Amino acid sequence: MGRYVLRRLLIAIPTLIVISFVVYAILALAPTDPLASFGADPRVPPEVRERIRESLGLNQPWHVRYVKWVIAIAHLDFGYSFMSRSPVMDLIWQRLPNTLAVVGVAYIIGVLLAVPIGMISAVKRYSVFDHLSTTFAFIGFSVPTFFTGLLLIIIFSVKLHWLPFIYDSTLKVTSLSTLGDQIRQSIMPITVLALFDTATIARYTRAEMLEHLPLDYVRTARAKGLKERLVVLRHVLRNSLIPVVTLVALGIPAVFGGAIVTEQIFRVPGIGELLVRSIGQGDTPVVAAILLIFATLVVLFNLLADVLYGVLDPRIRYS
Amino acid sequence: MTNQWRRAAAVVAVAAMTLAACGTTPPAASSTPGASATVASKRGAGDDLKILYWQAPTILNAHLATGTKDSDAARLVTEPLASYGPDAKPLANGLAAEIPTVANGGVSADLLTVTWKLKQGVKWSDGTPFTADDVAFTFSLMADPKTAVSTSDAAEGVKSVVAKDANTVVVTYAAANPNIYQWGVGTCCYILQKKQFEAYQGEKLKDAPGNLKPIGTGPYVVDSFKSGDVVTYKMNDQFRDPNKPYFKSVTFKGGGDAPSAARAVFQTGDVDYAWNLQVEAGILKPMADTSSKGKLLTVYGSSVERILLNFADPSASLGDKRGEPDTKHPFFNGADGKIVRTALALATDRKTVAQQIYGDGLSGKPGCNIVTGVPDYESTATADFCSKFDTAAAGKMLDDAGWKLGSDNVRAKGGIKLSIVYQTTVNAVRQKTQDIMKKNWEAAGFKVELKSVPADVFFTNTSPDGANHFWADVEMFTNNSDPDFTNYLNGWTSKQATGKANNWNSANYNRYQNPAFDTIIDSLRSEKDPAKRATLFKQANDILILDVVIIPVVTRTQVTSGIANTLKNVVPTGWDSEMYAVQDFSK
Repeated sequence: MGRYVLRRLLIAIPTLIVISFVVYAILALAPTDPLASFGADPRVPPEVRERIRESLGLNQPWHVRYVKWVIAIAHLDFGYSFMSRSPVMDLIWQRLPNTLAVVGVAYIIGVLLAVPIGMISAVKRYSVFDHLSTTFAFIGFSVPTFFTGLLLIIIFSVKLHWLPFIYDSTLKVTSLSTLGDQIRQSIMPITVLALFDTATIARYTRAEMLEHLPLDYVRTARAKGLKERLVVLRHVLRNSLIPVVTLVALGIPAVFGGAIVTEQIFRVPGIGELLVRSIGQGDTPVVAAILLIFATLVVLFNLLADVLYGVLDPRIRYS
Repeated sequence: MTNQWRRAAAVVAVAAMTLAACGTTPPAASSTPGASATVASKRGAGDDLKILYWQAPTILNAHLATGTKDSDAARLVTEPLASYGPDAKPLANGLAAEIPTVANGGVSADLLTVTWKLKQGVKWSDGTPFTADDVAFTFSLMADPKTAVSTSDAAEGVKSVVAKDANTVVVTYAAANPNIYQWGVGTCCYILQKKQFEAYQGEKLKDAPGNLKPIGTGPYVVDSFKSGDVVTYKMNDQFRDPNKPYFKSVTFKGGGDAPSAARAVFQTGDVDYAWNLQVEAGILKPMADTSSKGKLLTVYGSSVERILLNFADPSASLGDKRGEPDTKHPFFNGADGKIVRTALALATDRKTVAQQIYGDGLSGKPGCNIVTGVPDYESTATADFCSKFDTAAAGKMLDDAGWKLGSDNVRAKGGIKLSIVYQTTVNAVRQKTQDIMKKNWEAAGFKVELKSVPADVFFTNTSPDGANHFWADVEMFTNNSDPDFTNYLNGWTSKQATGKANNWNSANYNRYQNPAFDTIIDSLRSEKDPAKRATLFKQANDILILDVVIIPVVTRTQVTSGIANTLKNVVPTGWDSEMYAVQDFSK
């Protein structure tokens, strides 16, 4: 097992180098320009624009910039943002707590809701509960978050005035009332995201359960005279959860990537919002750093999922 | 779970991120407001002032700003010597005690030097005294090419800025400068503290911690700043006016989009001030009209939504020569050029656009001049030309010149079809404008192909789809000017024709080349008499309009913000930052 992990980690290095190259090349070839925000402003004439471009290091060919960037990354230096002139990592660290507080919590809620829902609807297949949860799941993953987000804002903020729709990242939870404020401002974005996560994972759990329920070992368990409850929880659920656990592990990097649309709608200053704004503004160092970190997490969690798979399923052995 | 499944899940995760990144960014628009009010208020009597900008500030040193959002957020802390008020004239609400003029002896008769008297006893927020040295230091940062500041154009042609004594600054221009307030007034010239930035001159300026937390003389002090998200400010205890500012603190939140910012001020009342509500009138008007919480705050400046006509040939078949200034547009430039251009202007329905899309004065009115906003410079010679909208007459004009309708309803002559590509930025308001134009132009016998480009790609010299390359026949966007229009108009002189030679960096996107126009701009550089300057501005304007180099569509409000009904003493200006008089805001 140790050798397997080591080998996988070594393979990850060239993978990440290729990813970094592709990311950087795409960014270099994209037509967005960090100077575009000046528009056609006559107060920023050509010479000034050229000078700014030079100060950002953009006058060098992109392959030269790429090599410099890779060397810097090797020293864990992700460079400076073109827009704020501050270290990229500072920006990411500033935003990570917001992303985890919203996207992370939504993911946890999603998983906690999805497994029981998926299980019950599989066991009680074609029951009212199953029909309801199926309908809910289809709504969950077919209605886009920008729609559910706006819908919630119009109902709970505009009409009812119950919840704020501008996320306040300066809020510090120090008392019960600030905790209340934090919950109030998180409810809508978390609901929107959890709806989607729950729907996806619940459908998956249900499908896995249904696959296992008619199998021989289940019949054997029943024949032994085990209670149905034990059959489902101890035998069917455990086996069905193996792929679900790996699916959940694979979803974790996406949590760190933030939720671009939802963060934008509720003005949650998370990683996703930072990424999409930086792409629009041509803030290459920020985009490249976020994508590279995201890629690293995907690679690592893929490995973790594989290892977990082996741990959970004794039939699988890596050598 | 199979391996494929796992791989698929990873692909979906990455794709979701990428897809979600395809949101559209609303177009950046320049904004500037305010005038001063003197209503007795008490310092710190109010709680928190909530300001919402849908573009988030990323840096608080206005000299390194990449947009209005940055310099507006910086204006709460750092100030120029004087502001441009609603009348486009300097207003002494900044660091200067009075506005120097020739009459009061502050400006030399030869228009070479300006002597600024500074307010006495002003302190930086750290308690140290503000002096003329800080002003001279700020100039040295702006004039140093190594700092690569975006405000350096204001220092162009300035020979020196010298601290004569602790409270007197002398600005000397290299040549007589009729635009005498070029350096020191408005968004160009926020004064930085020498002590804070002294160690960060030249290339090091970008590393200065003060860029994110500047020390200033303004009414507020940065408390915390999360770049790209939110700035919180506390009131400046050292502020020179003991009765101001009214608010104890300010929260300057950024991000999101214009329509939801409008909702926050008009419908939910979550914020006191929502910036630049560039929302189609059909949505904005009912929201503002029915609001019990907020109202719209607008003022006109020099912003004009205009259509540019290409004088060069943008045909892709030209290869290297595509769109170069020495090529000629097949029908906009040449023997029939003026007729075709005039016909296009005649078939332009600016009234409908102003009414349906800009709400008939809500955020724009039918416009006819490019030099606009300063009453003395406003030409009346163009009114007749612009008041006409007649697609039939436009068709007839083309017919008479031999441009006959083909079976495809497109006019042609000598094998050349009046087929145009019309580009602008991706923006709901602009796409609706395009639709109206297309319908009318096609009625006059043009074939119109619409194209829209994301704003971040449109406003760059590096993209072939950009406004600078102008590889299309007509294009549309908004621009605005300082109260002195010389530099702005310079963007249509022959020397400025954009092309490969200048890496598409020059401002004359039209590649319009008219020696008569060039002469007027040359005269403006030296003409000192205000009345004669006004005449020259009008002449330049009339050439651009009547020779149909540009078709102004609507004159747009420079400030289009929403403010809470409870917010008082907000007087917008069209010539400076929207926050130019934030010290006066109260409830």
